Amino acid sequence: MIAMLTAAVLGCIGITVYGLLFGLVLQGVDRKCAARMQARYGPPLHQPFIDIAKLLCKDNIIPKNAVKSVFNAAPIIALAASITILLYLPVGNLMPVLGGWGDVILVLYLLTVPGLAMVAGGLASGSPYATVGSQREMVTMIAYELPLAIAVIAMAWRLNAAGVADPFSLVTLAQTPVWSVVGIPGIIGMLLLMIAITWVTPAELSRVPCDTPEAETELCGGLLVEYSGRNLALFTLSGAVKTVAMATLAVVLFLPWNITWFVPLAGAAGIIADLVFFAVKVLLVVFFSVSLIRVGMARFRINHLVTFYWGYITLIGFAGMILLVLDAVLGMGVVA
Amino acid sequence: MANKPVYNIPIGPIHPALKEPILFTFDIQGEVIKGVDFAPGKTHRAIEWMGMRRNPVQITHLCDRICGICGVSHTLAFSRAVEQIAEIEVPERAHYVRTIIAEFERIQSHLLWAGVAAHELGFDTLFHLAWRVREEAMDVIEYLTGNRVNYGIVQVGGVRRDFTDDQFPRIRQALDTYEGLVGKLVTLFLEDTSIKLRCMSTGVLTETDALELCTVGPTARASGLKLDVRADSPYAAYGDVGVTPVLPDVYSDGIHGDVYDRIVVRLFEVVESIRIVRECMDQMPAGPVLWETKYAKILATCKKAEGEAIGRVEAPRGECFHYVRMNRSEAPEAWKVKASTYSNQMSWLKILQGEQIADIPIIVASIDPCMSCTDRVSVIRDGRPDVMTGEALHRLSVEKTRRLQA
Repeated sequence: MIAMLTAAVLGCIGITVYGLLFGLVLQGVDRKCAARMQARYGPPLHQPFIDIAKLLCKDNIIPKNAVKSVFNAAPIIALAASITILLYLPVGNLMPVLGGWGDVILVLYLLTVPGLAMVAGGLASGSPYATVGSQREMVTMIAYELPLAIAVIAMAWRLNAAGVADPFSLVTLAQTPVWSVVGIPGIIGMLLLMIAITWVTPAELSRVPCDTPEAETELCGGLLVEYSGRNLALFTLSGAVKTVAMATLAVVLFLPWNITWFVPLAGAAGIIADLVFFAVKVLLVVFFSVSLIRVGMARFRINHLVTFYWGYITLIGFAGMILLVLDAVLGMGVVA
Repeated sequence: MANKPVYNIPIGPIHPALKEPILFTFDIQGEVIKGVDFAPGKTHRAIEWMGMRRNPVQITHLCDRICGICGVSHTLAFSRAVEQIAEIEVPERAHYVRTIIAEFERIQSHLLWAGVAAHELGFDTLFHLAWRVREEAMDVIEYLTGNRVNYGIVQVGGVRRDFTDDQFPRIRQALDTYEGLVGKLVTLFLEDTSIKLRCMSTGVLTETDALELCTVGPTARASGLKLDVRADSPYAAYGDVGVTPVLPDVYSDGIHGDVYDRIVVRLFEVVESIRIVRECMDQMPAGPVLWETKYAKILATCKKAEGEAIGRVEAPRGECFHYVRMNRSEAPEAWKVKASTYSNQMSWLKILQGEQIADIPIIVASIDPCMSCTDRVSVIRDGRPDVMTGEALHRLSVEKTRRLQA
């Protein structure tokens, strides 16, 4: 018991450090890639670390008409929730620290917590910009949650139909690629779901074209407008960790393969090879669904955003789900 | 919907959506704008006050600093006014030099605007791209005048620097670059889905409203008014090369007067500018570029001058208007600068009405406002900002007219 507890605590600490560091590195890579695509030189890779260090040195200003307790609690909740998500997600071939205590449904719920914390913080900061930003964030969350849930549930259902035990568990998802159990319609369906998740990622992370709640040019930062110093640093870190979490979820759902499945590497070499391969997969996901999209688009208006996610992306998700169902019903892939 | 509360959002005087200080107050219901008001005068720099204490040769260079972008327009408008009063004949070649620089200024100004517009839409890639290609025009201007901004090339009686024939290849190279880029810019700005989505039917200014609010420049032309000082009362070399006002139907189907049409007009004006510069280079006559090289003689002539005149120039943002009155003294007796934004700003009240918060930045930017050009007055009473009523303004203007007539 004691040994298990120690392992869990050590694992949690390890995951926290990894989430923070890797999240900031991902931000650095994203900024550099975006800059290069915009014909700029871009900041050095470690710029996000400098930014955090700078924010931590700065004054933590609390507006006079803010609800102080909520205003200060929001960034801590956001960061804590983001890190908690990571505890349920596998890293490379290392299984999740708390894998036995929660499944992908829990992860879906946890993903909404940082957003909700930001909404609470924005509303508590007493600025009209933050209020508009909070309203937009809520609308954005309502808009993208449906396609995300559709994708996850459709895939778990397909695994279930293939007779895989415990399909909602992230361990199962990470060890059984859905691709390997489906036939041709299922593969098309999986591709559609992949498109849906690619578009949900920028909305989940509030990046262009879905940075409507922050909207630098219209709301000067929206729900974060009153945040500064340590609180803003915590929100930035929470965003970085959430990037890791979201990209990891996409990797687990769609690209769960490990090097060691194909090349027999034993011991530490295998673990390291898998971790490197995993990092590459996460980087690719971030590049395609964050950097590439944000470089190529203008910001959505909030009504466009809702139309886009509820209309097009949800439709794509449904189409993918129906194809997966057809795949199972017609017995195209592996069916129990 | 009807019982949704209306709340108030101030935008400005300093806000990322605004490139210059001005205060907007919006009444917002949900995300929709129910009421708009704005208060300019936040960046008043007393340019006219400084000018009335200087002689016309000095004022020309002060004019360069009214606006960081349309330096030529202001200097040219002022010089034209003084030249009319003092009956100074500008040499033919100087007219061509003025035209070429003015058109390069239009190219760089429109590209600068295009970048700003893209940034306001949250499309930073296009912003970086537009500003990168703008550098070519800036380089040529620097090559020709010696300065990137505040060119200091226009002078009462002509221009301060002549172009030599060996400078022409560099100009042609820049024009070729832009000709090659036009297709790309049109694709990026006018065919992009997200730009179309945000700009079409946004901030519509009808032709009637555009006329009634006395809008000028691209803002008026995008609503279908065929107005262009270069065509309506040609100055410099525009009479020789001929200018056709660019209307949005050169590209889009019909005239809508929305933000999209304003992008169309500005992009195709760049094409028109390239043609004008090419024709100017072909037709440029030889000869001097300054009516008189000795400053003392220019100053003496200005000092003897008596009368009043207006100088009108089509700046990149629209008509730039200078009124000058001289009365046999070193400094002008009256000098009034009316920048294009002054004429265009009232259209904000119309085009922002009923739009969404998200569209505030792009709609405000769509008339290409330049507040430091526009702000001629700022009322402070008892240490606090105040507003002048209509009667008070009338009383002041009657007093000023009497003072000038006395």
